[in-house]
Amino acid sequence: MRQVTRVCLHLTLLILPFVTAFGVERFPPPEFDPGYKMPVTTMPAARALWQSYLDVAVLVAALSLASYLVLKKRSRDGVLALSVFSLFYFGFYQQGCVCSIGSVQDVALALFNSSYVVPLTTVAFFLLPLVFTLFFGRTFCSSVCPMGAMQDLVLLKPVKVQPWLEHALGVLPFVYLGAGILFAATGSAFIICEYDPFVALYRRTGSFGMLALGAAFLVVGIFIGRPYCRFLCPYGALLSLVSRYAKWNVTLSPTDCIHCQICDTACPYGAIADPMLKDAHPDPRKLALRRITLLALLPLLVVLGGWLGGRLSVPFSRMHATVGLAEQVAAEDAGKVKEPTDASKAFRQTGQPVEELYAEALRVRGRFVVGTVLFGAFVGLVFGVTLISISEPHERNVYDPDPADCVSCGRCYVYCPKEIVRVKRIQSRNVIPLTPVRNNPKS
Amino acid sequence: MSNPIPKPEPSRRQFFNGTMRGAFLFLLGAATTLLFRRSQPKRLVWQIDPYKCVCCTRCATECVMLPSAVKCVQVYPMCGYCKLCTGYFDPEPISLDTGAENQLCPTGAIKRRALEDPYYEYNIAEELCIGCAKCVKGCVLFGNGSFFLQVRHDRCVNCDECAIAIACPGQAFQRVPADKPYLFKNREHQA
Repeated sequence: MRQVTRVCLHLTLLILPFVTAFGVERFPPPEFDPGYKMPVTTMPAARALWQSYLDVAVLVAALSLASYLVLKKRSRDGVLALSVFSLFYFGFYQQGCVCSIGSVQDVALALFNSSYVVPLTTVAFFLLPLVFTLFFGRTFCSSVCPMGAMQDLVLLKPVKVQPWLEHALGVLPFVYLGAGILFAATGSAFIICEYDPFVALYRRTGSFGMLALGAAFLVVGIFIGRPYCRFLCPYGALLSLVSRYAKWNVTLSPTDCIHCQICDTACPYGAIADPMLKDAHPDPRKLALRRITLLALLPLLVVLGGWLGGRLSVPFSRMHATVGLAEQVAAEDAGKVKEPTDASKAFRQTGQPVEELYAEALRVRGRFVVGTVLFGAFVGLVFGVTLISISEPHERNVYDPDPADCVSCGRCYVYCPKEIVRVKRIQSRNVIPLTPVRNNPKS
Repeated sequence: MSNPIPKPEPSRRQFFNGTMRGAFLFLLGAATTLLFRRSQPKRLVWQIDPYKCVCCTRCATECVMLPSAVKCVQVYPMCGYCKLCTGYFDPEPISLDTGAENQLCPTGAIKRRALEDPYYEYNIAEELCIGCAKCVKGCVLFGNGSFFLQVRHDRCVNCDECAIAIACPGQAFQRVPADKPYLFKNREHQA
């Protein structure tokens, strides 16, 4: 029997070269009795359209509720409850996709590549939090984003990050944003999704690397508040830019500040800006000199960044499938590589001329030259602007959340003694009418 | 309140913030119009073009889901109902029976049912299939090619960028409209 099989197979192998390609009908299907009912192959449906519209509706509702809870109700408990909901809905139920952080790449690809059609849901997930942030500050980060919610919930023993380290690491989100846009716009990869730390946890399945990355972020997140949000999140970088100019932001009671510094200690994200009094300013002449030096350094950094970025165009372009394939095919043709890869074998099977592949790869590389120079210049600009913003004295005489860094978690509301008094007053306003007391010695 | 605090004049900073807010709103508006032109309400999902699949086995290993959202399907009108199915049997079977050692499928996901002699019906137990494409390779090389891989949308989470699509050497992954989410083989297709 075994012999027969082997002979059959060898015969088939002999015939095979004469049969052109796959999908050939070698054995005509039998004529069955009318009694035989042929099974039908099932086709489970994809997620329905109304479900994605529901996601957008929930997003709008959650953003509105978060803004209300943070700015009007000023309730930490409410924010906490909403973040648990968001973690379950956008995280575990929706399995982390589509998310605003990843949508940056779809938008970049759609803006730079007219053939890419971006779904409306993704556009909504990209735009809505930005619009809300422009008016209400980063309320999206507080309790709508499932990634932020997850890290907020595991934060048990916050440790203060040194300001110099915080400033240095604060550059990373912008670099990551630039790199994410570069690779997405060239159609090479969606790196922000590939290295998403928590998506594997939401799905409770994934590669070892993804799960390990998620676990590492959670463990670090026990001690350092929201490590992903503060030092990596590219969408957070966009939101922090927008939030600086928000119409309303999280504020404590600025006129009543008694400089007790409890909010500063309570904020696990280092977002409370310390007051800087006028007499603490450095010598104006030194300040002017520093300003001029840094402003002169800015274009230098941009040019240097652009030049360094340009150097990276060749290695970066290998992330693109076409360039990688073209290099492999070229190496094979030159006899440098003996073993063909699956991709090069598949390419040769299509019979497409090699010249077409090379031309396409060169076009992609050309896009990368422009992209990497812009990326490098952007990184240089970010470094320069960060240096300027660190060295500029920010005049203020109260402790208040910095609109760019504050993720509107509402922890400081619970700790600020003046805020506690204010809330108590509102609660008992119906009983004892009291007028607010202003504690401002100057006026 | 009895003693309203007089509203202060907008400071330079407030004016600057307002201007910047306006600028950002304008930018967002511009982005919205551009994006709406390039978007469509139709959702797109990932699917494999079975005529481009090279049976490299990466579908079993690269998917973010474990086991993979890609599974083998059987299109019955294309099947030859062969007794000696090259998608079912190992190329060198010890004997032509349903023993696990004779089967090509590592998880025994293909179920064989005898019809009238010499025909057999082959069904795929989808919960066992891991999408390794071993049977697909056997069927495509020596048979009619009625076994092929498809993304099963009850499992696929429709990642922004499909992890298998990046790894696919045949560039067989593509986005298709969500209301027609499958690319099945058919008898009429000329390869």
